[in-house]
Amino acid sequence: MPAVLITAIPPVALTVGANRIIRGVAIPHPVGDPTKNPDDELALRKRLLEKALIALTTSISKQTLFD
Amino acid sequence: MDKKIKVVHYVNQFFGHIGGEDQAGIPPTVIDGPVGVGKAIQQESGHHFEVVKTIICGDNYAAEHVEELVSYVLNLVKQINPDLFMAGPAFAAGRYGIACGTLCKEIATQLYIPVVTAMHPLNPGVDIARKYVYIFKTGDSARDMTSAITGMITIANKLLNKLPIGGPKEEGYIPRGIRINVRADKRGSRRAVDMMIKKLYDMPYETELPIPTFANVPPALPIENIKDAVIALVTEGGIVPKGNPDRIEAHNASKWCHYSIRGLEALGKGEYEVAHGGYDPVPATENPNRVLPLDAARQLEKEGTFRKIYDEYAVTVGNVTAVSSAERYGKEIGEWLKNQGVQGVILTST
Repeated sequence: MPAVLITAIPPVALTVGANRIIRGVAIPHPVGDPTKNPDDELALRKRLLEKALIALTTSISKQTLFD
Repeated sequence: MDKKIKVVHYVNQFFGHIGGEDQAGIPPTVIDGPVGVGKAIQQESGHHFEVVKTIICGDNYAAEHVEELVSYVLNLVKQINPDLFMAGPAFAAGRYGIACGTLCKEIATQLYIPVVTAMHPLNPGVDIARKYVYIFKTGDSARDMTSAITGMITIANKLLNKLPIGGPKEEGYIPRGIRINVRADKRGSRRAVDMMIKKLYDMPYETELPIPTFANVPPALPIENIKDAVIALVTEGGIVPKGNPDRIEAHNASKWCHYSIRGLEALGKGEYEVAHGGYDPVPATENPNRVLPLDAARQLEKEGTFRKIYDEYAVTVGNVTAVSSAERYGKEIGEWLKNQGVQGVILTST
């Protein structure tokens, strides 16, 4: 079963061995941005999840940062 | 001829010759004399060790009734009063290793009887016991039986004769996390420069401070049909229902938990809180979806991007959490979700 990690610190994810990695926004809010208005923030969150779903459906042979 | 060493030996149902998984539920029983591995222990010790009793317990029983098993074995060992308690070797068998580690720890710390066990360094039993007892390091399967038995005997003999036991590498046991001051021939700066020169010239050298290495897992196969997939949300960011009902610790969490999100459109402000003690909780307290993205996931679910968000999310706190605990939680969460029919996981980390 594939898992995708959304993290603000991809280098750590690579060190600890995560295979599917998405770059998140920031440590205290990996899938949000308090500086945006609520609609824009939700749209951002949705885009990150769409990327995550792409990662889950992509065949990989090694650790991959889906940027 | 020295007096024989009286040994009580613990094995699981498999090594106790009772049966395989079908017998894993059996409660502990005790029989006179050695069984299988115990016979080999006697032989390898040159019959200096005598296994007077063998305690056999099913792996599932041991895992599900640890307290009963411990009190059963403690009582028995107290009555028999052996010179030595041996458990395993358990190799990489998790339930068996947990039983061996727990029993050795309890006997060593409560009855002060010398104990020794053996297992693979990644066995979950290691973390339970290594601070208290010597665990001889083995391979992951019974192919390594002979070396495991001789290793256990060597350590046991040293314990029994109160001989000094050297470092983990020279004696072959799993590091116990104990630091002992030793006098080195050369001062630290000199050793550091020597090491660096060797490293630059690609010569072998040995670090004095090993950095933990992380296991690489082969990537899982992708989801084939995302439109039909059940996706689970997981976080190590400590998003928990208000009041943190299971009291997940802010540091070095001892558990992971799962909570229902069935029928919820989003994680509401004021209904969730941040149990994690390692990041600024203000943004996620204001809007928990910033760490556990339920609101956006619901929209994608409604749009038919995937079939369904799994009805519960899993959470722990990844803050100064031991790597071994994190690995265990990951494994447990993965197994749990797989059993629930989930096809993919979106995990957020803070």
